[in-house]
Amino acid sequence: MAPRVALERISRSFGGVAAVQDVSLDFEPGRLYALVGENGAGKTTLMRLLFGLLRPDAGRILVDGAPVRMRSSEDAIRRGLGMVHQHFMLVDTLSAAENLVLGSEPCRGPRLDRQAARAALRESAGRLALSFDPDQPAEALSVGQAQMLEILKVLYRGAELLILDEPTGVLSPQEAAFLFDLLRRLQGEGRTIVLITHKLDEVLALADTVDVMRRGRHVGRLARGETDAASLARLMVGREVLRVEKRPQAPGPLRLALRGLGLARRPGVAPLADISLDLHGGEILGIAGVQGNGQRELAEILAGLRLPDAGTIALDGEPLPPLDPRRARAAGIRQIPEDRQRSGLVLPMSLRENLILGQEDAPALSRAGWLRPARVDALARRRAAAYDLRVESLAQPARELSGGNQQKLVLARELDAAPRVLVASQPTRGVDVGAIEAIHRQLLALREQGLAILLISSELPELLSLSDRIGVLYKGRLRAVFPAAAVDAAELGLWMTGAKGADGD
Amino acid sequence: MTRVALARALAALGGSLWPPLAALAFALAVSAGIVAAIGESPAAVLPLLFRQGLGSLDGFARVLFDATPLVLTGLSVAWAFRGGLFNIGAEGQLYVGAFCAAGLALALPGLPRWLALPAAVLAAALGGALWGAIPGWLRARFGVHEVINTIMLNFIAVGLTGYLVQRYLKEPGQMIPHTPRIAASYHLHPFAESAAGRALGLSPANPLGPSLLIALAAALAVWALLRWSVAGYRLRAVGQGPEAARQAGIPVGRVTWQAMAMSGALAGLVGVHDVLLYRHRFLDNFSSGLGFLGIAVALMGRNHPLGILLAALLFGFFSTGALEIDIFTEVPRELVVVLQALIILAVVSIGELAARARRRRRRAS
Amino acid sequence: MSILLGLLLGTLRTATPLLFAGLGGMFSERAGVVNIALEGILLVGAFSAAAAAIATGSLAAALLAAMLGGLLLAALHALVTLRFGVDQIVSGVALNMLAMGATEFLMWLLYGSGANSPRIALAAPGGERGLGQLLVELPPLTWLALAAVPACGWLLFATRFGLRLRAAGEHPEAVASLGLSVLRLRLAAVLLSGALPGLGGAFLSLGAGYFVKNMSAGRGYIALAALIFGRWRPGGLLAACLLFGFAESLQGQLQLPWLPLRFVQMLPYLLTMVALAGAIGRSRPPAALGRPFRRD
Repeated sequence: MAPRVALERISRSFGGVAAVQDVSLDFEPGRLYALVGENGAGKTTLMRLLFGLLRPDAGRILVDGAPVRMRSSEDAIRRGLGMVHQHFMLVDTLSAAENLVLGSEPCRGPRLDRQAARAALRESAGRLALSFDPDQPAEALSVGQAQMLEILKVLYRGAELLILDEPTGVLSPQEAAFLFDLLRRLQGEGRTIVLITHKLDEVLALADTVDVMRRGRHVGRLARGETDAASLARLMVGREVLRVEKRPQAPGPLRLALRGLGLARRPGVAPLADISLDLHGGEILGIAGVQGNGQRELAEILAGLRLPDAGTIALDGEPLPPLDPRRARAAGIRQIPEDRQRSGLVLPMSLRENLILGQEDAPALSRAGWLRPARVDALARRRAAAYDLRVESLAQPARELSGGNQQKLVLARELDAAPRVLVASQPTRGVDVGAIEAIHRQLLALREQGLAILLISSELPELLSLSDRIGVLYKGRLRAVFPAAAVDAAELGLWMTGAKGADGD
Repeated sequence: MTRVALARALAALGGSLWPPLAALAFALAVSAGIVAAIGESPAAVLPLLFRQGLGSLDGFARVLFDATPLVLTGLSVAWAFRGGLFNIGAEGQLYVGAFCAAGLALALPGLPRWLALPAAVLAAALGGALWGAIPGWLRARFGVHEVINTIMLNFIAVGLTGYLVQRYLKEPGQMIPHTPRIAASYHLHPFAESAAGRALGLSPANPLGPSLLIALAAALAVWALLRWSVAGYRLRAVGQGPEAARQAGIPVGRVTWQAMAMSGALAGLVGVHDVLLYRHRFLDNFSSGLGFLGIAVALMGRNHPLGILLAALLFGFFSTGALEIDIFTEVPRELVVVLQALIILAVVSIGELAARARRRRRRAS
Repeated sequence: MSILLGLLLGTLRTATPLLFAGLGGMFSERAGVVNIALEGILLVGAFSAAAAAIATGSLAAALLAAMLGGLLLAALHALVTLRFGVDQIVSGVALNMLAMGATEFLMWLLYGSGANSPRIALAAPGGERGLGQLLVELPPLTWLALAAVPACGWLLFATRFGLRLRAAGEHPEAVASLGLSVLRLRLAAVLLSGALPGLGGAFLSLGAGYFVKNMSAGRGYIALAALIFGRWRPGGLLAACLLFGFAESLQGQLQLPWLPLRFVQMLPYLLTMVALAGAIGRSRPPAALGRPFRRD
């Protein structure tokens, strides 16, 4: 039977900034809770406090009425709590069975009992109607399978209260449906489920109870049926959240033409086959697909970071020579990278220096190998102002900016140099609802100005609201391209998982 | 500079100064403990580190002389560190640089002075640059981490130069493995040999000379390049954000091997100090760990040219002081080596702990 | 025939310290901690063994002292990198300097000489190099090193400890999320990388009959290269150590007039560089190698 867990006036700060403030919540056994809030609202921190990965500054945790100290996740696991983290906690080089038992290994003395581990995996997978090859290395698992293994791990250790942090971020709609089925089944067996998510439609479909957090505080608990997406969003943000308005417009001239682009399979690289598409000025072409089906590789090819093994790229009718990052940028192909902190910014450098990254040797900014500080400063200021970068000083290091401001910096830099094509990968990942609005508006404005935009995103609502057309990548092939108005999330989901369009694969 | 920027800069300076000072205090304390443990009086032994250097201009000049090669190797290591590279090979690079300078001088003894000196300096820099470029290229081309390669090249450099001296360039009739004296047109003269130097009170044997000016010029150059040059900007970008630099179109491979070459060139200039100024010949195995001390100087100086000058000065004191301790007490001079290693450990530990505290303060959920 | 046998014996004997150091390094690196200080640990082990042997004349004491000396240096490395979070390479370099300085300092203090220690009078512990006997018995430490290879392999791949250690080197966050202590696993690994190379150092000084300053002469780095070349596996490490051992023993056995001694002495270092250039890209280091693990 799942434990009754209560959090009483829990607070936790990180050096002066309160991440969780005076939160009191309780979880009754056998119910499914959703914990929602923006990035930085404190939901993950709160759960990490519950799971023993962090210690609270104030307040207490009660399990079945008795106050407990969670000194480490070991304590939490012992008490029947289990957590499936947002970023998978699997060891790639170990097998599925080894990953399952790590830390609670069946042993004969110091020897690891591999047979027992394999049996344990087969048994627990079978109970949930799953099948696993116990000796397969974890890196060979698909994303959905890895997710399942994470859940099996948690169940193996006897979890009765499961916490899942953004579990559907990397799943297709079909895989998400399978997961929800599983969660309901586990709930039916008497377990408590706590789902941390920012996907409001999931929340409304699944949860018995929804808890909203904003700026570290618990601002509301609603039962299913008492609320809708709009009011939830309002609670999360504290004000009305507008959906962006997209004006229909006719596409402009053909800008980018990809023909037969292909990439061979290599370790760690998803293959691409026969990618052909046309991108026009003034349109947003969305690319939908489950992570790992070639989106990243497509973006890398266009950015000049990877050479295709086949196919051609033509810009404004002119075929392009093999690209490297410099040539791609010179040609006017700009990108917003998926992982902006690693790929788009040099975090310890100042904002000023980040704003000219890649252009430091331009004749306007340097002469004979020496930078011209006055010109650099002027350009940086102009860009910061144009993209509404509100900061104390341009000498601040980039790491001090919020996610939204960091993204604005990247946009300011990439879009200021007469771009012809923009490849935007997951542009609103890790950005708060308020800043997401701004970025969406920015993208639409650019579209109106005639920029050709390729939008790669795992957020189907974002794709559906912004794109003029949507293409689906599955196993490295472009399966279909639809006008955005003619398709919905469910339909896209079928194409994304190969249920449609993958015959003969 | 705005007030905010100024406050920020001062805070950064304060933040950078106290770890080295604290580390120095810690290391001195431990050394005092060691001295006491072996039965000597720390109060009698440790001040000897500074006595000669602070006692007279002549003594201070000797300290500066010892500090000069450390400035160069410190700059060398720091330049590489800024690019995210570990140059443990300054020792080998300075050998090759010194050898090239001596080799040129022996090969072309007839050059007029106005040509000879610059050529020898250039040879030293190029020799070091070549030795640095090898691991740099291996890193850029094959992705091999430069740590082990630079260390291997240290051994190879000592072995190779030693071999060449033994076999081909040894002074005839001598058992000592050194080359013949280089021609007078290649000599740099210590300040003590000039009237001005004698007037200042330098003793006739004081070796301090123009290599100090070269070291200072190098420090100035490094500072300017890091701050204002395109190459310096790219170096820092690659060091602090390699993936972003790559995606922005910066040629990371080229920046890498050029950084190692520059690093090697700076170390190679030690050849100017040892061969052209001091010994007027190349002596096998002449360096007593100058390259490794460069690492200590760079870390102590936080990879900043000004810090490096100060740290090199400190280690110059240690170098002179070690001799004093050796001569006047029963304590072996190797205590100073222990002291120096302790300083490195302490300065990086304290620096890291301070950075952690800063990160904790800065971080929100 | 005798040349061949001499080469084989020479290879095995030269590979011994490399093997000890490499096995120690394997545990450390598999757990995610780079240990450049293998060089210093060899040196400290050599000195400790020599000092203990001179003082007590006992082989057991010498070996114990060697392991303790190595453990001490490794413990410092663990403290500085695991507890303080200092960069592992910087710590390793600093510890090598410390080892050099400390051993020279103690040499002067105890024996009044900067270069050599007094002769160690032990009954043939490290083997009598230079004796021209055909069937010279391989020194016991060499047998120990060879036996250690499968033993370490067992420890790394068949035990619970080994599984957790490898996990810590690949994905420390995953290990922490399961309630295990990454720090304790890495500490154990680093301490192993102190004790084993310490024995390697003992082999050097006991085998030669005295301690010489800078006795390790780069072997610690070569062992690291052998580890990389051997893909962090005990079998590969053994093969690589034998290869390097072979190269070095060539200089003893094959005195070719046209090949200067100094060149042959440089061969191991050159070979290391070549091996590294060839090895990278074909092998994958533990994913978290070199990254300090920070808990919140």
